[in-house]
Amino acid sequence: MTLYSVIFYMLAVLILVSTGLAISRRNLVHAVVYLVISFFGTAMLFYLLGAPFLAALEVIIYAGAIMVLFLFIIMMLKVEAFEEQFFPIRQWIPAVGMCLVFIAAGTLMIVGDPDIRIPLKAAVAEPVFFGHYLFRQHWLAIEIVSLLLLIAVVAVLYLGKDAGRRNY
Amino acid sequence: MIVPYSHIILLAGILFLMGMFCAVTRRNLIMILLGLEIMLNSGAVAFIGAALRWQHLEGQAIAIFILAIAAAEVSVGLAVIVCAYRRKGSIDPGAYN
Repeated sequence: MTLYSVIFYMLAVLILVSTGLAISRRNLVHAVVYLVISFFGTAMLFYLLGAPFLAALEVIIYAGAIMVLFLFIIMMLKVEAFEEQFFPIRQWIPAVGMCLVFIAAGTLMIVGDPDIRIPLKAAVAEPVFFGHYLFRQHWLAIEIVSLLLLIAVVAVLYLGKDAGRRNY
Repeated sequence: MIVPYSHIILLAGILFLMGMFCAVTRRNLIMILLGLEIMLNSGAVAFIGAALRWQHLEGQAIAIFILAIAAAEVSVGLAVIVCAYRRKGSIDPGAYN
């Protein structure tokens, strides 16, 4: 039990508890704020697993941009009066079925492979090496992703203009 | 020495299940989108653990693409939710069938 593993388990408990609180809140703003805490924990986990650049991106994009976008939409729509039927029993059946499948597959995976029990060595991928690797090996994928983001911008502009012009 | 790879996979799997639970059982379009975000994030956790396990940067490269695709997906999804809200005046998915 080294210091790194203690930090890992603390972060895992933080992430799981805050995510569990987030998915069970009735109030949407509370759910988003708990999820921000969960994403901060995930960013620290990325740092622990040797990805400092991705930890920074997680804070900037997930906790910063995406969650603030959710908050804006929640503030725009009037959803305070929306009474939600909480976890109806009919929708539990597919979720519980998937949970059982996952538990079976996870137990088989952990029991079946003895190599998987070896603790990982700590290592850090420097952002400079990571950037060089990314732009040497994956330049086409980066271009495709940038095109995808451009298409998303165009789609959002079109949908927003469409929603504002017509009065339904 | 951090932890065995199976513990990271277990954490990512539990996170994925939580996201799936949120997406399947909540009757609220915004919470369904939040569940999708949690699922994508758990995928990124698993990929970064794999990058450390095999000492290869490929996993981190995939994780950065997951981040970009999550950003694109959530922006389009929220725009569609605003459109649907203008049309029906509700974000209950039961109101759309």
